[in-house]
Amino acid sequence: MKTQLALTVNGETRDVIVPVHKTLLEVLREDLNLTGTKHGCELGECGTCTILVDGEPVLSCLALPVECQGRQIKTVEGMADGGRLHPLQQAFAELGAAQCGYCTPGILLTAEALLAENPTPTRDEVRVALAGNLCRCTGYTKILDAVELAALRMRGAHA
Amino acid sequence: MKAGKLSVVGQSLPKIDAWAKVTGETKFADDMVLPRLAHGKLLRSPHPHALIKRIDTSRAAALPGVYAVITGHDLPRVKFGILPVSQDEEALCIEKVRMVGDAVAAVAAVDEETAERATELIEVDYEPLKPLMSIEESLGNQDVRIHEYGDGPNVHKAVSLQFGDVESAFAAAHLVREDAFFFEGNTHLPMEQHAAVAHWGADGKLTLWSSTQTPHYVHRMLAKILDMPAAHIRVVAAPVGGGFGGKLDPFAHEIAACKLSQLTGRPVKFTLTREEVFYVHRGRHPVLMWVKTGFTKDGAITGMHFRSWLDGGAYGSYGVASTFYTGALQTVTYKVPVYKFEGARIFTNKPPCGPKRGHGTPQPRFAMECQIDKAAEQLGLDPADMRRRNLAEPFTKTANHLTVTTIGLGECIDRVVEASGWREKRGSLPAGRGIGIACSSYMTGAGTAIYWNDMPHSGVVVRADRSGLVAVFSGATDIGQGSDSVLAYLVAEVLGIQPKDIRVLPADTDLTPVDLGSYSSRVTIMAGNAAIQAATRLREKIFEAVARKLEVTPDRLVARDRRVFVEGEDDKGVSFPEAVVLAESMHGVLAYPGSYAPPKRAGKYKGGGVGPSPCYSYSACVVEVQVDAETGDVKPTEIWIAHDIGRALNPLLVEGQVEGSVYMGLGEVLMEEQVFRKGVHKIPSMLEYKSPTTLETPEIHTILVEGEDPEGPFGAKEAGQGPLLPVIPAVNNAVFDAVGIRIDEIPVTPDKVLKALDLKRQGKTPRVGPEKLPLFTFPEPRAVESAFGLPAENVAVRPFGK
Repeated sequence: MKTQLALTVNGETRDVIVPVHKTLLEVLREDLNLTGTKHGCELGECGTCTILVDGEPVLSCLALPVECQGRQIKTVEGMADGGRLHPLQQAFAELGAAQCGYCTPGILLTAEALLAENPTPTRDEVRVALAGNLCRCTGYTKILDAVELAALRMRGAHA
Repeated sequence: MKAGKLSVVGQSLPKIDAWAKVTGETKFADDMVLPRLAHGKLLRSPHPHALIKRIDTSRAAALPGVYAVITGHDLPRVKFGILPVSQDEEALCIEKVRMVGDAVAAVAAVDEETAERATELIEVDYEPLKPLMSIEESLGNQDVRIHEYGDGPNVHKAVSLQFGDVESAFAAAHLVREDAFFFEGNTHLPMEQHAAVAHWGADGKLTLWSSTQTPHYVHRMLAKILDMPAAHIRVVAAPVGGGFGGKLDPFAHEIAACKLSQLTGRPVKFTLTREEVFYVHRGRHPVLMWVKTGFTKDGAITGMHFRSWLDGGAYGSYGVASTFYTGALQTVTYKVPVYKFEGARIFTNKPPCGPKRGHGTPQPRFAMECQIDKAAEQLGLDPADMRRRNLAEPFTKTANHLTVTTIGLGECIDRVVEASGWREKRGSLPAGRGIGIACSSYMTGAGTAIYWNDMPHSGVVVRADRSGLVAVFSGATDIGQGSDSVLAYLVAEVLGIQPKDIRVLPADTDLTPVDLGSYSSRVTIMAGNAAIQAATRLREKIFEAVARKLEVTPDRLVARDRRVFVEGEDDKGVSFPEAVVLAESMHGVLAYPGSYAPPKRAGKYKGGGVGPSPCYSYSACVVEVQVDAETGDVKPTEIWIAHDIGRALNPLLVEGQVEGSVYMGLGEVLMEEQVFRKGVHKIPSMLEYKSPTTLETPEIHTILVEGEDPEGPFGAKEAGQGPLLPVIPAVNNAVFDAVGIRIDEIPVTPDKVLKALDLKRQGKTPRVGPEKLPLFTFPEPRAVESAFGLPAENVAVRPFGK
């Protein structure tokens, strides 16, 4: 059974006709061609597919699109402000926080939600916020460094 | 190449693909969509060991939306395997399955869901055979055979090497220790599940895009498996979302994608589920080990005898190499004058093991470094000092004929001892807290290819044209470690331009020269040296043209800051694009090759091809832990690691490799286990297969020790694997320092810690580890003279020039 839905992703509202049981992850990747969102398990275990729904981190592999109508969905493609990268993206690139880059979109969005709520997180608070996002490449060190650097720069920008 | 004033090398620059990776632009294999794309699915065996009596695909083929269904009968009947000596795999099994997860049929359909439903409609009649689930069962049931080849019933490989008289060395020792250790298997767990897209064109030529670390080997294998000329096959490695050795074999889904594309006339994509990745595996072998070592009063090693038994799983994979690797690198860290190694790899009905970060060497390193810790305790020596005093000599050969060049291990030990406060902390931390040390070494690239040949291991073409663009064509595969970036840095350094001025075009068997792949820490040294050679040849042509224009001799020119100019007369020169125009005008098309093969140093004995490397990296690690005596929980609180990198081409990327290695070592020592019940994986999910999160990964202090090695590009050695090795024994040795127990078995889980603490309370030996060893007769060793202490030969000798 298919259903027609209006989804607002990265500020644009798009109509899709999809089977009702298709996950938000699948709809983003397959119907909206937003392949920046990755999958690591499709069981809600690894955090790779994390996106933001109304600013909150959501595992898109466990979310149904029908629940997301009328809500603001944000993927990694929506992080940059036009051609200007989000400070988190900039810091991740500069500090080598993305090695293979596969977990990176989910971690960037989780970190964005953290910094929106807590602009001055301690390193341990960053650890707790990112505890649901597995990364097998970095040992997390450069990721923590990059979130801290981005937080610092964002505070400077708003000061 | 001699390093003068450097502009790019040594800088902590972002990777050239960093921007694509932080924006979601990077196209991994599963992100690829082609017109008319079909989706594939494999039907896998639910039995660990069974004969296939009948397969009926008719119901699946009749399902609406299904384009094609194939079995092994639709493929040429050739077996394959990554090593020439172990051709024992079928993409789709025909007569027999040897593990849960063996593929028996494949479907292409309009979408993934339809493909999956179709696999459920395939009827397979199996006749179950007795499954052999352990080394003991496989050796004890000789009437049941997993394969019909090998060095004995269910014995894939048995090797025996002897370099000098170990018995005399033991007789002369002050202390002789015999210890048994077990290292449980674990898996790579890359975040990206394997994916591949095949397109069999109407011209009869095939293209495969795949998340593979070795497009070249996949290319060779496809030609064999599909029985078609390699020249008609193109393999492109997509950016790899984590490899760690898990994407080094040719896989069933890649082969099925190709065949289904041929039959349907459509591109076909396969993406494995996470559960499938756990079964595809090829990860760390479970290894049981026995090691006997003689020590002098001062802790010097008089000789070593090492035995290993590997639980290989159902197929050969890289297993012959893995077996040799469990005995190869014991000798390159400390002086080991005489050495004997016996190893055996046994087939079992489980997913095959293969190479994971450190390939076959973390297990013996764990055993050896824990034994040294025990010996130090017995001899009343400081474990750091004992190691420091007995380091191997630079530019010599080892007992087993490996040639070592530079050794920065002494400085590594000094630096971690200093940084960690080892001397103040050892033996004086509060109850439940402890500190441990271990060292290690790893190859910078395998000295031999997996198939014997005299061709380059890495090739690079550097092309420049009037636009000022420099393009680097390299067969190497970036798996996240940043190898594309390293090539850009090296070429930029040679040509005096910036990495951004360079386009790296990697890993496409139609377009790029052959590179053997991303394994054995070989890309920086091999593709890197090839890139330097190619860029240097281009620079010579550019200098020749610029010199004529400026009316100077070429030797007076330098390339720097995007200019080519006369050294000392900075305004006398031209911009880099102008220089390229002059060179293209003088020489025509500017495209120059570079080739690299390692120095030929394989020991002249069977097995001597495993272990040689142009040079070896060294690491020393100190770990502080907290052990909870109530719960048995071991928490590493801080880690210091010093790594002998030769030269850090980009310190940021080297640190990233070290940190990632430390993290992966922590997962292995404390929690990761690839374990099976009746052939079924006990925990094939990322939730239950425990791996460290941000909360379990402590602060890691990385110290880079530099000292140019004559073999490396600008003196660089490897960073991607070696730093994993010392972490595992260092944690375990710290547990001993904390609570006085020896866990001779990886992972060090709370139940083992509690058991050992219980033994300690009862006044028994506070040790948990293997109690018995398999009954197994190794072959008679071929005695070879120890080469210990002989001077290094063939240093920086390159078959294709510098």
